[in-house]
Amino acid sequence: MRQVYMISGGVTRFKKARPEKTHQGLVQEAFDQAYSDLPRLRKEHIDGSVASYFSDHFHHQLMAGIMAHDALGLVPKPSRRIEGGGATGGLCFQSAYEAIASGRMDVCVAFGFETMSRVRTWKGNEFIAMASDMNFDYPLGGFYTGYYAMMVVRHMHEFGTTPEQMAKVAIKNHGNAKHNPFAQSPKKLSVKQIRNSQMVAYPLTRLDCCVMSDGAAVAILASEKMAEKLSSNPIRITGVGSATDTMRLADRPFGDVPLLSNENKKEYKDLDYPGVHSCRAGRLAAKQAYKMAKIKDPLKDLSFVELHDAFTSSEIQTYEDLGLCKIGEGGKYIDSGNAHYGGKCPVNLSGGLIGAGHAIGASGLMQAVFAFWQLQGTIKKHFKNNKLQIKKPKRGLIHSHGGTGTYVTATVMEKP
Amino acid sequence: MKKILTREFNYSIDYQVSYGELSPFFEGLTKKKLMGTRCAACKKSYATPRLNCMECGKPCKWIELPQEGKVHTWTTCHYGSEEFLKQTPYHLVLVEFPGVSTLFQSQLKKVKEGTITIGMNIKAEFKKRPLLKASDVYFVPA
Repeated sequence: MRQVYMISGGVTRFKKARPEKTHQGLVQEAFDQAYSDLPRLRKEHIDGSVASYFSDHFHHQLMAGIMAHDALGLVPKPSRRIEGGGATGGLCFQSAYEAIASGRMDVCVAFGFETMSRVRTWKGNEFIAMASDMNFDYPLGGFYTGYYAMMVVRHMHEFGTTPEQMAKVAIKNHGNAKHNPFAQSPKKLSVKQIRNSQMVAYPLTRLDCCVMSDGAAVAILASEKMAEKLSSNPIRITGVGSATDTMRLADRPFGDVPLLSNENKKEYKDLDYPGVHSCRAGRLAAKQAYKMAKIKDPLKDLSFVELHDAFTSSEIQTYEDLGLCKIGEGGKYIDSGNAHYGGKCPVNLSGGLIGAGHAIGASGLMQAVFAFWQLQGTIKKHFKNNKLQIKKPKRGLIHSHGGTGTYVTATVMEKP
Repeated sequence: MKKILTREFNYSIDYQVSYGELSPFFEGLTKKKLMGTRCAACKKSYATPRLNCMECGKPCKWIELPQEGKVHTWTTCHYGSEEFLKQTPYHLVLVEFPGVSTLFQSQLKKVKEGTITIGMNIKAEFKKRPLLKASDVYFVPA
């Protein structure tokens, strides 16, 4: 396989509604930013694209991907659409990676979008719930916040995780978003405000959940030869991993923990895994990506993580899946301050989905763009402030997650 | 700035979705039975039916499940998808059955939010007029 680099990125402002643009208009906006950031790039360098969007229902349009590819002026070059729920963006990024690594393309545009404002919020929740088993799960009151609430109730039971620890994730991510001009929900919050906001599904309150967004993001990937030719500051993709789990939460097994290289079996001898408290696919995706990127201790070897925090509880679960702490210690990880700016491995410095917004098909690529800027050291240029720029970041991980941990990707990006 | 125009419209569809090979589960509900499956080879059993074993891939056989179990985890939904907003608040549970390898998702009824606990004993009840939906069965405290 060939080396693959990210050479540019762009993201629109995420907002509850962007009625002034169609989905292809939003993609164009993100693409224009990526394109103007890389003056040596010409349309003729681009070999093709991969489109990322979750739901045909939101757009009331089938083959919406080609419409954006077409609007970008990329016809008749090849394109395809990738879909995997919330992990769509991460899967799209890896599909573009594969196009370059295999030698099929030298420059590939990964673009993602979602225009979720086209329907009412609770209808949008219904569309998302249709990404659970329509025969067995949905008719019972299909609602993703409810599914994640059941997962964290079990996590609380097994490990003593508290709603106050979850609230700290919301405080951090909304707080980080204050420095991100693309973010939808910058807020200064207290634990009390979060616990007192409307209960959506116990124990998740309104402020424990990300909001729906309109937005788009673009990541441009290239081979080593084209990266050298087009960019003076490319970022290398050094690890890719992805895994799956059962569509139904009810079918998850109770087995052994897949161990990371810095863990041993004894630590988890009494733990049934994953059950519904953990996401096995997240762990397996990370394990693959770490092996490829030669990461031994993620807490030491990663400068930061951008992960899929659709809910505060899922950020806590994901600390554990990714091995930033032991399984069961996610609550302690947020307490420790290590997930904050200045901590051992800051998480979601962009604000994550909770702070920056969740335009489903765009989210995994938005993470890639923020990670890219962080590793390039160009946060100041793009955010117009330097608040959350890590000093000399070496390596970052992006984590994209769909369903109840049904599709998960982990990708390691590194400053060469 | 130029004026932005939007158009509102309704879109509805009639479906005829087949339960196919999963039909015995839904037929079971009409007879007040909970039907799961068991792998003939490795004996792993499934509370929500799977026709091939998740572990070894071999075919599974239909079995009748017990109708009493325990709460493995739960939540109370105060909001929901548009279709279910009128039902709120409602309680979701994952049910553990004795001797069955996987869980079963259902609603818990006839109970108050503050009284639901992990490990509580619950039993199945069936709707008098089944609609051939997974919600034809629900659980209540045993």
